[in-house]
Amino acid sequence: MADTAAKLALHPGETAAKATEASIWEIFLEFLIIGATSFGGVVPYLRGSLVTKRRWIDDKEFVEMLSISQSLPGLNATNMAVLVGEKLCGAMGSIAGLIGVCLPGGLLMFVVGIFYHHHGEHVWITAALKGVAAAAVGLILSTVVSLSKSSLSHNFDFVFMAATVIAVNRLHLGVPRTLVAVGILAILFHHPRREQKESVKP
Amino acid sequence: MNQIPALIRVFAYLSILTVGGGMAAFPEMKILTVDVHKWLTFPQLIHLYSVGQMAPGPNMMMIASIGQWAGGIPGAIAVLAAFFGPTAVLAFMVAKAWKKLEKWPWRRSIQQGLAPVSIGLLLAGCFSMAKGAITGTETAGIAVAVLLILLRYKVNPALLVLAGAAVGILTFTPK
Repeated sequence: MADTAAKLALHPGETAAKATEASIWEIFLEFLIIGATSFGGVVPYLRGSLVTKRRWIDDKEFVEMLSISQSLPGLNATNMAVLVGEKLCGAMGSIAGLIGVCLPGGLLMFVVGIFYHHHGEHVWITAALKGVAAAAVGLILSTVVSLSKSSLSHNFDFVFMAATVIAVNRLHLGVPRTLVAVGILAILFHHPRREQKESVKP
Repeated sequence: MNQIPALIRVFAYLSILTVGGGMAAFPEMKILTVDVHKWLTFPQLIHLYSVGQMAPGPNMMMIASIGQWAGGIPGAIAVLAAFFGPTAVLAFMVAKAWKKLEKWPWRRSIQQGLAPVSIGLLLAGCFSMAKGAITGTETAGIAVAVLLILLRYKVNPALLVLAGAAVGILTFTPK
């Protein structure tokens, strides 16, 4: 998924990172703001805040960190908080960033959960939730399409994608076994010699 | 019965499965939270996940609601710590090593190889959610409309999910 990251960096960055000095409190506050305002996806907000506004990291570092975040387990948003926090302030910076980015949404969903538990059976709410769930399915599908466009480098990748879906949804192998089995096959398929050849091609 | 240890076990495990995004863990989350532990029903899980798409921040904050239902405030805190702790520690430790491996040829292979698998996991999660969320022509229509709009126009996805709620009220409220 490195290429998703690369695409984000296409906006030319006049944003060389400043010599970075940030206190734990500043890191917490900045990620708290991101966590409270990032409606509809965190990554664009991260870039605007960390690269453009604060200049804690430059575009190149941002893309690099994002590609690491995407290859590791964990959500992009929280992995980015850990990586940026670490760069600025070590372990304490990571913790500050992580808590900051999670706190607003976590509190909100905590309250929403209580409300839903008590009023979830109301006819209007049931009707609204039916629409919300259907819309969420459409949203995930659009993510699948745009990620496929941006980060698959070979037509054969669709075979790995299909194999993953079949293994989880049809064969019920479970996510861990699927991840290991298909993951290893796909990594071997993309062995370094093939990647070298692919990158030589225009 | 005290659910905290089970909450921690389940969500720490789910945390490791979130390769490429939270949705990758959804099929497993459904089995563990709905079928095994019965903390909530499948429709409730779908509803919480979907409502969570409208909240700011990382898109899996709905797990706080599951923790709250199963174990109150301590449950919510336990779930969040268990879900975000392990991957945070991993990211913290791996990041530096990964950077040093820049010249290692397999690094690109791993990234390119994991890409189709993580998209497949996202799609698998989507299908297992669709089983509960797409129940007829109307819901299928909403999903397709959102998909097409997002592919065609630059709209904030949270707004479309909100629009889904409005369409839902107009369509599914019993007359």
